[in-house]
Amino acid sequence: MATKNNIHTLSVDSSTKHLAEVRDFVASHAKNVGLSEKDISEIRLAVDEAFTNIIKHAYKNTASKPVTIELGFNASQLWISIMDEGEGFKPDEYKAPDILKRIKNKQRGGMGVFLIQKLMDQVQYNRKGQMNEIRMVKNL
Amino acid sequence: MKNFTIAKRQIDSISVLDISGELDAHTASQLENSLKALIDEKQFKIIVNCSRLEYIASAGLGVFMAYIEDVRGLGGDIKLTNMNDRVYNVFDLLGFPTLYDIHDDEQEAIGGF
Repeated sequence: MATKNNIHTLSVDSSTKHLAEVRDFVASHAKNVGLSEKDISEIRLAVDEAFTNIIKHAYKNTASKPVTIELGFNASQLWISIMDEGEGFKPDEYKAPDILKRIKNKQRGGMGVFLIQKLMDQVQYNRKGQMNEIRMVKNL
Repeated sequence: MKNFTIAKRQIDSISVLDISGELDAHTASQLENSLKALIDEKQFKIIVNCSRLEYIASAGLGVFMAYIEDVRGLGGDIKLTNMNDRVYNVFDLLGFPTLYDIHDDEQEAIGGF
């Protein structure tokens, strides 16, 4: 874990075994910034969903691929960027899930992006060279 | 690493799964295996007691989505009980309370079968 000014970085490989570690990393820094318990649990879940989507979709469940989580803050917001080198996500093609239809079809998934949008104040998807970034902001 | 554990109880014809800890994409397969085992044993009246569930991500909700139709089609149900507010909020955000039988208390759920 690296720290520079108000930016904290955690690098892990693309395995679900790191989910708890990633959640705890963002939660402990969010706590230090003074966020409420409610905001902290929302950030934990949003980051979990973003990391899970990277494992499942960007890297198609291939373990040992690089994922970097950066967390920073200023007086007005806390931001978290999660970066990967897998297949990019196309937010324009995303549709919110119809849960009833999915249950009828015995499907699962598709809920993570929807939850992230509900839980965070701003969400951006960026492509920088071979790298994808999801940047999530919580207003303070 | 925090644990996720499942314990099974039987109350007459009703199977109760007590789930504890954090349910995410890493631990969801444990819940999936337990639900599959109950269905294989033709136990279709299922209560999942969440009183010690500290956290759930959508991968956990996905397990319930995958099996509820089968279980209801076989005359049973998967009823969820005793969630803390943070866990309930995740179900609520996704509209689950209108699709699933969620109770504050296990006794209420038992009465619903």
